[in-house]
Amino acid sequence: MGRRFDIKHVPGFLPVTILCLVVLYAPLLVVTIYSLNDSNSITNWEGVSLRWYADVFTGPEAEKFKLAAWNSFTIAIIAATVSTSIATLAATAMVRGGRFRLRTVSFGLISMPLMVPEIVTAVATLIFFNSIGFTRGYSSILLAHIAFCIPFAYMPIAARMQGIEDSYEQAALDLYATKRQAFTRILLPMMVPGIISGYLLAFIISLDDFIITNFVKGAGIETLPTAIFGSVKQGIKPNIMAISTMLLALSILMVTISYFVSKSDKKT
Amino acid sequence: MAGGAASGGSARTDTYREARHWLLLPSWVVLIFLILIPVLMMLVYSFLTKEFRGGVIWEFSLDAYDQFFFNRGLFGDEPPSIEWTYITIFWRSIWQAGAATILSLVIGFPTAYFIATRPEKVRPMWVFLITIPYWVNLLIRTVSMKFVLRDQGPLNDFLLWTGLIDSPLHIVNTNFAVQLGLFYSYLPFMVLPIYASVERYNFALSEAASDLYAGKWVTLRRILLPAVKPGVIAGCILVFVPSLGSFLAPDLLGGAKNFMIGSLIEEQFKGNAGNWPFGAAASMILLSMVLIILIVFARQQARAEKGGA
Repeated sequence: MGRRFDIKHVPGFLPVTILCLVVLYAPLLVVTIYSLNDSNSITNWEGVSLRWYADVFTGPEAEKFKLAAWNSFTIAIIAATVSTSIATLAATAMVRGGRFRLRTVSFGLISMPLMVPEIVTAVATLIFFNSIGFTRGYSSILLAHIAFCIPFAYMPIAARMQGIEDSYEQAALDLYATKRQAFTRILLPMMVPGIISGYLLAFIISLDDFIITNFVKGAGIETLPTAIFGSVKQGIKPNIMAISTMLLALSILMVTISYFVSKSDKKT
Repeated sequence: MAGGAASGGSARTDTYREARHWLLLPSWVVLIFLILIPVLMMLVYSFLTKEFRGGVIWEFSLDAYDQFFFNRGLFGDEPPSIEWTYITIFWRSIWQAGAATILSLVIGFPTAYFIATRPEKVRPMWVFLITIPYWVNLLIRTVSMKFVLRDQGPLNDFLLWTGLIDSPLHIVNTNFAVQLGLFYSYLPFMVLPIYASVERYNFALSEAASDLYAGKWVTLRRILLPAVKPGVIAGCILVFVPSLGSFLAPDLLGGAKNFMIGSLIEEQFKGNAGNWPFGAAASMILLSMVLIILIVFARQQARAEKGGA
């Protein structure tokens, strides 16, 4: 044993890391490549074309996908907006509200959607809407999404607020600002990066949800994931790969924005 | 994902203490009405009588749990014997989730360790690379996995081309495909907590051990492993729990022979079975299992913190 054992450089860990990244990215890459395939079959490669992307927008299933996309995006925008607002208020109470008895209970309540398995939340929500006679459709999906998006919006917002010293707000209060002014003019503007992160995460979580949506949607209404699932059940088709690639690109774009928003902010 | 709620140096104050209950009110209303009460309603439904083709009759009944655990023959008049159908499905789910957890640990631990020992400046970039796929739609990831693994898929094409195999491997519709799918779904959940615990670890400790003539295995086992154990346990739970109740991976990659809890529950509400109280009971059993795991974990964490600090 000539050289001292360097615990920071374990041989073999780099190859495993590379394997890990290959496993994570290869399937996504393969689907992206095959979505550009000119062939009617998903197996044979017949050259590069965008025909399946055109098919998504103009083909026989275009109407169905357009409607599903409209439902998905409007639900995601509304759900993310509402849950981010609710999460911002809740984070203010939790981080800037001192110690109080309901704090632990509130934290448990906020993290409940993360603890309960998704399929259980789906069953429970379906049973709830059914028992109060709420018609299943667009609004039942929207309500369910608002609820389970709250913890995802809450986490980055609360983390951000914990990182902000309250001296700025105290200074404002010393200069006769009201609490409301200190909140809206000082704390809220400083919270913007956290709120953007929270909003984007909530948006993606809503856009991606399949299980809960599938349970509470009722007949005759589809979101993109339920439409894709229905189609995939009959076999993977090239137009589904084109749609998947577009959604995949959108998710990656939004997460990247969220990453750089929080990173650029740490530098200043 | 982006930053844990419990980051260090927290600036917690009571600036808005008068308003705190008002600030919490909207989240309370939404979460109580749309999560807490629904779960309680589900508990109630599991004790009601089933209506054919979905729904319930408001009459107390233990049928759902009875059907889960006991077999009373076709007409319900034979002496009860243990019903293995559903217990087997739960057991298979535990087994599949466990296998996926071990697979994630074997790949995830070296990855997390490797990232945590990189220079501080490049670590966030590595973590970002690992988390990106998690934010891609789970359905799309599972479909991609199926596309790659199928008999005429790229993986088989590649293996045939290299000459490693003569005929395509049948991976889709096996237990292994489901394990791969679960592993693929939740791998970042394993990497992130382990990464956090290794990053916090003070490497001077292992150097000290090494200076005092501790061998490489002793250093690993006695110094490093106890320090990163909480991260490993957290990672295992974060992979195991969602795997247990997963629906997409077993449904798309497993086929009918590899039924798991998620599909059993789904079938009661969306599929042909249409037995709501039974679906509610199966959900309650799944929820109880998850809660027990989480409570045991929380207690252990609390004890470790008390003992460690």
